[in-house]
Amino acid sequence: MTVLLELTQVETFYGQIQALKGISLRVDQGEIVTLVGSNGAGKTTTLKTISGVTRPKHGTVRLNGNDISFVPPHKISAMGIAHVPEGRRIFPLLTVRENLEVGAWNVDRKNVIAQRMEQQFETFPRLKERINQKGGTLSGGEQQMLAMARALMSGPSVLLLDEPSMGLAPVLVEGIFEIVKRINEQGNTVLLVEQNALMALEIAHRGYVLQTGKIVLEGTGADLMKNDTVRAAYLGEV
Amino acid sequence: MSSVTIDAGPQAPSGLDSFKQTALYRFLIFPLGQMLVFILGATVLLTVFVYGLAVLFPEPRPNIVLVEQLNRQLPGMIISGISIGFVYAMIALGYTLVYGVLKFINFAHSEIFMVGSVIGFSFMSFLNSLGMLAGFNPILLVVSTVLVSAGFSGLLAVGIERVAYKPLRRAPRLVPLITAIGLSFILQDTVRAIASLTINDFNLTYPTRDIAWLQSPLNPLVFNIGGIDVRVRITAIIIMIAAVIMLLILNYFVNGTKAGRGIRAISMDQTTAGLMGIPVNTMISLTFFIGGALGGAAGALYGLNVGTVTPYIGFIPGLKAFTAAVLGGIGNVTGALLGGILLGMIETFLNGTLVYFPAIGIRYTDIFAFGILIAVLIFRPSGLLGERVDEKV
Repeated sequence: MTVLLELTQVETFYGQIQALKGISLRVDQGEIVTLVGSNGAGKTTTLKTISGVTRPKHGTVRLNGNDISFVPPHKISAMGIAHVPEGRRIFPLLTVRENLEVGAWNVDRKNVIAQRMEQQFETFPRLKERINQKGGTLSGGEQQMLAMARALMSGPSVLLLDEPSMGLAPVLVEGIFEIVKRINEQGNTVLLVEQNALMALEIAHRGYVLQTGKIVLEGTGADLMKNDTVRAAYLGEV
Repeated sequence: MSSVTIDAGPQAPSGLDSFKQTALYRFLIFPLGQMLVFILGATVLLTVFVYGLAVLFPEPRPNIVLVEQLNRQLPGMIISGISIGFVYAMIALGYTLVYGVLKFINFAHSEIFMVGSVIGFSFMSFLNSLGMLAGFNPILLVVSTVLVSAGFSGLLAVGIERVAYKPLRRAPRLVPLITAIGLSFILQDTVRAIASLTINDFNLTYPTRDIAWLQSPLNPLVFNIGGIDVRVRITAIIIMIAAVIMLLILNYFVNGTKAGRGIRAISMDQTTAGLMGIPVNTMISLTFFIGGALGGAAGALYGLNVGTVTPYIGFIPGLKAFTAAVLGGIGNVTGALLGGILLGMIETFLNGTLVYFPAIGIRYTDIFAFGILIAVLIFRPSGLLGERVDEKV
């Protein structure tokens, strides 16, 4: 297994407040890796530090062995990391097509863009129906699909997903996890952040449990699901 | 609950819908239609208003019958209202584009407009000193003057952003506002100093006297419409044509190119735009360039129209264009166009009408422009077209 993404002792601060207290993790080619943990554990900050939105004070982030800790976000995106931010953050006044085109910002060849767009429409047929509609007029579930499709347009080597199930109706949540699984089966490597730990661990190959900026547990998805601490803390069992 | 199925599947696009996706419609028919609607709407509205005044005050001064004056003036008011409206719209676009990406008002923009008008003067004077002005092809002359002014002002705007705004990107919004006002004064006095040192005068008169076609008996062009002689200045026609062309180009740039898409994405969500690979700083510079170039072009056209410019002419048109941007809805490109045309028309119609009323002469019409600014800010801060963003959380 080749290591795609590797964080070593990453510490990130917001002003005086330390959000990450030495995070080390790795994502291998072809995996779904999930970060679970409660609110404020540092899951989103970890993703933001990887994609360059926030910068680590100590430690390094490596992509394919290259240190990207201080590379600006738009260059990290060009290097192969696509980040689907929390709350979807699609561009509400751009049409579905334009949202997807923006996702392919660093793809120069028009036929590659067209081909990737077709791929997205296969995975998300709903988006094809809405192609000329403004992003803001889509339903929450459709917006989440658009956010994922937009990220995949760049042909990333790692897809960072931040809370894809947030704010969606329970019936849609399962669908989203199905899609994440399918995207992974198509050959995409996924780093998934979720509060919905049960479902995340179910589809993940490996997982890390975060607590107040530290990794407290790691293991395969199946192992973590069996772990008593995890069950008590995140799966709502006493 | 009624059983409305949402999963009806893709609807077959009707002929009209597919026509609306064509480049011809999006980049020519639609924007031209929009301008026409705004102009016609404003014309009708204000014509009704001033004739209403004429009914209420048939004879505002002894021996002045308002209706007769209006009949004579109406075509002229419409033409000059449109041309000044286009100037406001072009400046307003600079405010609104920058507001779109950075959410702050670039108050130095009025001076970028002023510099454009001064560069237009310098370029024409330079041609004149080479003895080339008189024989220059009219269209080529206007195009080159506008392009030189636009290019210079665009680069100036980019430079201003780098020096005075970019280091303050993370500061509270009030801070770049203050540096913008400081920069306005610096620009005014720098231009004044350069003009004083080089030609010993800062009243800069465009060498239009040496341009034969502006002096020909054709200027102003006279049309006879319904027994009334309508005089149209050539410069007003130039402004209108140039403005329409530039607005069409801007519309294409914003809605039809990759860079325009990037700028719109940044104006909605800067962080996410960066995550998509959009080089945010480059796009912000580009926005300043486009806004500055439009302002500079407007400056040259304005200078050509009024004849004499000074380092201090930017302030009032700048504020009025800002009013236009707010009136249309700051951050909204269509709004800037609507606000500009509307404000130019309102101003011209009121100037043309109120001049016959005792005490409310032409000097006081700024009251109306800025009264509109205050009223909009109080009663409809999002402007006529507002920046409505429906975001689902």
